[in-house]
Amino acid sequence: MENAFLYCSLFLSLLMLISLYRGVFGPTVLDRLIGANAIGSKTVVLLILIGLLYGRVDMFVDIALAYAMLNFIAVLAASRYFQKRKGLYDEVE
Amino acid sequence: MDIIVTFLLICGLIFFTGGAVGILRFPDFYSRLHPAGKLDTMGSLLMLTGLALFNLHHFSLGALLTSLKIILIVVFVFLASPTAIHGIVDAGMRAGLAPWSKGEERR
Repeated sequence: MENAFLYCSLFLSLLMLISLYRGVFGPTVLDRLIGANAIGSKTVVLLILIGLLYGRVDMFVDIALAYAMLNFIAVLAASRYFQKRKGLYDEVE
Repeated sequence: MDIIVTFLLICGLIFFTGGAVGILRFPDFYSRLHPAGKLDTMGSLLMLTGLALFNLHHFSLGALLTSLKIILIVVFVFLASPTAIHGIVDAGMRAGLAPWSKGEERR
């Protein structure tokens, strides 16, 4: 069962790399925000997998809960901040 | 028990794969929000349910409490993830991003 958890963690890390492409090369700021949100929602699952691998899931579940809340608050705050911004189309001149 | 947990984990990974490929390949900002909002939430639900079931393997009060906390994370993700995606859509609409239509160049 530990091997299954290990391969699931590896595959999730690969998916996080795919999402990171959108975070790095996204054409607008909000595309980067989508990439960051996707990475955060995968990290919550990855933290509990790490906790099961280490045998300390009672500690890691609190970290995962705090991370989910922090991800939610960060995305909401960033989207409120970029609401009135101009220049979402071409940010790099 | 192990078979059920592995099945749930693999189903969740399939949903996460669809979400990642959708974020990578959809042509437009608004259509990219669709896999980011739905498939990540469903993948989190399946994988965390499987992990909560595995945690109840050796039953005790502490393990039950930990599994309840994992289910609490699922409930929080179900509330928070669509709300965050809706916030991003709202920011895009108010900043004046035009939606993609057929025949235009992919952004």
